[in-house]
Amino acid sequence: MATLDKVARTILWQELIKGFALTFRYMFKRKVTLNYPYERGPLSPRFRGEHALRRYPNGEERCIACKLCEAICPAQAITIESEPRADGSRRTTRYDIDMTKCIYCGFCEEACPVDAIVEGPNDAFAAETRAELFYTKEKLLANGERWEREIAANLERDAPYR
Amino acid sequence: MAETRLETFAINFGPQHPAAHGVLRLVLEMDGEVVERADPHIGLLHRGTEKLIEYRPYLQNIPYFDRLDYCSMLCQEHAYVLAVERLLGCEVPIRAQYIRVLFDEITRILNHLLNVTTMALDVGAMTPLLWMFEEREKLMGFYEAVSGARMHANYYRFGGVARDLPDGLEDRIAAWIDQFVPKLDDMDELLTENRIFKQRTVDIGIVKAQDALDWGFSGPMLRASGIPWDLRKAQPYEVYDRMDFLVPVGKNGDCYDRYLVRMAEIRESLKIMRQCLEQMPKGPVRVQDYKIAPPPRALMKSSMEALIHHFKLYTEGVRVPAGEVYAAVESGKGEFGVYLVSDGTNKPYRCKIRSPGYVHLQALDFMSKGHQLADVVAIIGSLDIVFGEIDR
Repeated sequence: MATLDKVARTILWQELIKGFALTFRYMFKRKVTLNYPYERGPLSPRFRGEHALRRYPNGEERCIACKLCEAICPAQAITIESEPRADGSRRTTRYDIDMTKCIYCGFCEEACPVDAIVEGPNDAFAAETRAELFYTKEKLLANGERWEREIAANLERDAPYR
Repeated sequence: MAETRLETFAINFGPQHPAAHGVLRLVLEMDGEVVERADPHIGLLHRGTEKLIEYRPYLQNIPYFDRLDYCSMLCQEHAYVLAVERLLGCEVPIRAQYIRVLFDEITRILNHLLNVTTMALDVGAMTPLLWMFEEREKLMGFYEAVSGARMHANYYRFGGVARDLPDGLEDRIAAWIDQFVPKLDDMDELLTENRIFKQRTVDIGIVKAQDALDWGFSGPMLRASGIPWDLRKAQPYEVYDRMDFLVPVGKNGDCYDRYLVRMAEIRESLKIMRQCLEQMPKGPVRVQDYKIAPPPRALMKSSMEALIHHFKLYTEGVRVPAGEVYAAVESGKGEFGVYLVSDGTNKPYRCKIRSPGYVHLQALDFMSKGHQLADVVAIIGSLDIVFGEIDR
C-alpha cells in the first residue's frame, strides 16, 4: 500500500503541485519590500553610521584632543593634531577621518570620554569621488550640527546600557 | 579503426562564477561532461588577517573576526574572546553567557538559511532564497539592535558583551521565532520532497563516515556522514550544557543529507533560542574587573580611577598573561578554532585560525570525482564554503 501511495504521488506530481500552490498563495500576501529611497527600515539607537563631531549646547566643541579614538581605531583611519588654543584649552587643529579606511566598528565612539566623536544614524553618504570621503574637522562638525537632534536622542535612549 | 581515447581537458570555474560562492577558482579536468579532477585555487581573498592580528592590541582584533566568515560573524568573535578569556582566566557573567548563546544560535540560523537557500538557487530553486532573505533581514535587525551594525557586529568583549540587550528585544526575538516556524515549514515543503531538488542532490558527493573523519570534517558536513559530533555537546562552552537540544545526524553523507541536517539544525537552534529567552537571568553583562572590561560610562565620567582605567584600556589595552590556548566553538560551518599564543604583552604573539571551510574545501576533489559538471555546483553549495575564512 505504501508503495502504491508513493507511486501515485509521483505520477500525480503531488509535491510539485503543492509547491506551485504554495508559491501562488504568496502572490496574495502583503508585500514586504520597501520602496527604498522613500521608505526605510527601522534603525536602532545604536546604529553605527556616518561620523560626526559634536558640540556642547553653548557652542564649544567637545573634542579635547585626547586621541583615544586615534589610538583605538583598528583601521587607523583617524588623524589628529592638536595645539593649545589662545585661551589655554587644548583643542584639535586637525581631525581627519578617512572614511574609505573606516570599518564602522564603533570603537571611537566607545573610547571617547566626552561623547565628541559619534557614529550617527546617517547611512546614506555615498559620494562620487574618493576625495569627498576624506572627512575633515569642518565636515565632521557640520555633520554634528546637522544630526545633533537625532544623535542626542539616540545617546540618551542608549545611555542606560553603556 | 582503432578506438582512440580523447585526452581530458581543463576548464576554469570561477573566480567570478556566481555559483562559486565567492572567489573560488576551480580548475576542473574534464573527461567530456565528467569531472576527473578538481583543483581548487585559493588565495584571491587573502588579507593577511593572522599577521595583522599580531600587530594589534587584543581588543582591536575583534572586528577582524567578523570579517573572516561573513556569514557567521558572532560565532567567530566568540572563539576569539573565549581564547582570550581563558588566557586571562576571567569569569563571564551568567547573563552575558546566555546572550552569547542566543546570538550564536541567531548566527547559526543566519548561516544555514544563507547556505541552504543559495544551494537551492544553484540547483534551480529561486523562491526559498527570496523568502528566507526576508527572515535574515529580520535577524540582522536583531544584530543591529544590540550592536549597531547589521553584519559586522563587533559585539562580544572579553568578559562579556559590549552592551546589554535593549528593552523589549527579548520579546521581539520570541515573536520572530513564532512567525518563523511556519515560513520554515513552507520552505521545507518546497524543497524537501521536490523531485527536481532530490534529483540534483541525492547520492551526489557522498562522503563516507571514515572519509569525513580522515579529512578533518566538522559541523554539518561531519554529522551528515553519520557521526554525531557537536562541540556544543562534546565540550560545552558557556551555557550550552544547560540547553536541551538534539544533534541531527545524516545517513548517507550526500548533498541531500547535508541539506536535511542543516534544516534540522535550524529547528534545534530555535529550540535553544527559546530556552535562552526563558532562562536568561537579569544581571551584569560584563565582568566587573576594570583591568579587562571598561567601566560603565556614568562611572567613567564621575570617578577619576575609572577614567584612568578607561584610558589605559583604550590606549594600551589588556595585558594578557603569557601562555597558549586553543578555543573552539561550533560555528554554523563546523569547528571554528583560535589558537592564541601570548607573550605577556598587549598584543598576541601568534594567532592561528582554524576555519572549517578550508578543511572542507580540500575534500572537493574526491567528492566531485566521477560526477558531472553541474553536480560540482551542488557539491560546492553543500560544502558551505565562504572565502573570507578560507583565504583569511
